[in-house]
Amino acid sequence: MDHITFLVAVVIVTALAFDFTNGFHDTANAMATSIATGALKPRTAVLISGVLNVVGAFLSTEVAKTISGGIVDDALVSPAMIFAGLVGAILWNLLTWLLGLPSSSSHALFGGLIGAVWVGAGSNGVHFDKVVEKVLVPAVASPLVAGVAALLATYLAYKVTARARKESVTKSFKAGQIASASLVSLAHGTNDAQKTMGVITLTLISAGALGHDAGPPLWVIASAGLAIGLGTYLGGWRIIRTMGKGLTDIQSPQGFAAEAASTTVILTSAHLGFALSTTQVCSGGILGAGLGRRLAEVRWGTAGRMVIAWLVTLPAAALVGGVAASVVKHGGDLGTALIALAALAVAGGIVVASRRNPVHAHNVNDTHQVTVRTTAAADIPAAA
Amino acid sequence: MQLDWTALGEVAAVSTGVTVGVVVVFALGVLGLARFEEARTDVGGTHALGLAQAALCFVACAAVVAYGIYLIVPQFH
Repeated sequence: MDHITFLVAVVIVTALAFDFTNGFHDTANAMATSIATGALKPRTAVLISGVLNVVGAFLSTEVAKTISGGIVDDALVSPAMIFAGLVGAILWNLLTWLLGLPSSSSHALFGGLIGAVWVGAGSNGVHFDKVVEKVLVPAVASPLVAGVAALLATYLAYKVTARARKESVTKSFKAGQIASASLVSLAHGTNDAQKTMGVITLTLISAGALGHDAGPPLWVIASAGLAIGLGTYLGGWRIIRTMGKGLTDIQSPQGFAAEAASTTVILTSAHLGFALSTTQVCSGGILGAGLGRRLAEVRWGTAGRMVIAWLVTLPAAALVGGVAASVVKHGGDLGTALIALAALAVAGGIVVASRRNPVHAHNVNDTHQVTVRTTAAADIPAAA
Repeated sequence: MQLDWTALGEVAAVSTGVTVGVVVVFALGVLGLARFEEARTDVGGTHALGLAQAALCFVACAAVVAYGIYLIVPQFH
């Protein structure tokens, strides 16, 4: 283990931390509508999702061969830049979680890396045409497709079952939701855990601890799978509330239609080689399902905030990644330690801030808003 | 930079078609099951057609789910 330097060890730990935030950020994608309609109890839902994410991590052999899918020049990427990029991604994931905004973990990772490489190796290390092709186009197209599909499906589902007894219909669609939500979780595990495995494996290769073209060692697969599974099980309840309750009030036929749309969009695009964000696909599906039912209220304010978060994700993570990269570049190991400590402090601050108005398994369905500020009553002692 | 509009259109068409298809077939199954349950509780009779419709539709949906799992798991390819 001579090859594992301080920096490489820090990169591995940071990559696993990112994987963990990826898990709890994305639980909502698969499970938010099932939790909102009561198809699954909150704790059961996150358990199923967590287990399927771990299973998915072990199933998929197609580990990401490049860190970024060609968005940055991988030959110029050093472990220090990967570390800086991961810090940017983690902090953005935590901030959007605090605000209850479903933003894309993949975009956060891409953004962090772009910022870090830009500062570390110059702007020619970033392939901007690939950014448009792999990030921008799917980000616009995939939620639209999922939304339109879910809209049509929801409309027809209500039309077909209009004259049947309501309890009977609700019960059946709830059962269907369990299957559709599980498929989304499995697909998520095979995709997202691979990214972290790819990052760790490529770091080990660049440090000389693994040969070129080496696959991920078992401990990498196991730790990445466990990190994302554990994150999923802990559940990003703030984001689950926004996706299940905030965008629109979901009934079980809508939940089924939204999940069916998300699953098919994810699978068909993976099949045809499109990179896309699970988060954006699922949000699009939920909005479409909201529009497909007559009299359903779609909260455009929440949807608008979510879209703004999507737009800001990449540049914001890039900014943090860039700042971190410049400190690491000039400060060496000391700079790395400083950035790691600073990131820990900010992450700790965000967790503390979330405690002021916590969202958990017991209150996730109580309201449709995620607030950061404490209620008036709780503010009085702080002001005094 | 070149965008593969054909592939993009394919994803859009296939996704929409499959989603609408699965959800409508599932809804027809739900309708059949509901008819069967109504006949049993209200009239005390049975609605064989409804039950058969439900069974057929749910089997069709299960087949699509199985194909989805096949697509997700690379070991099956």
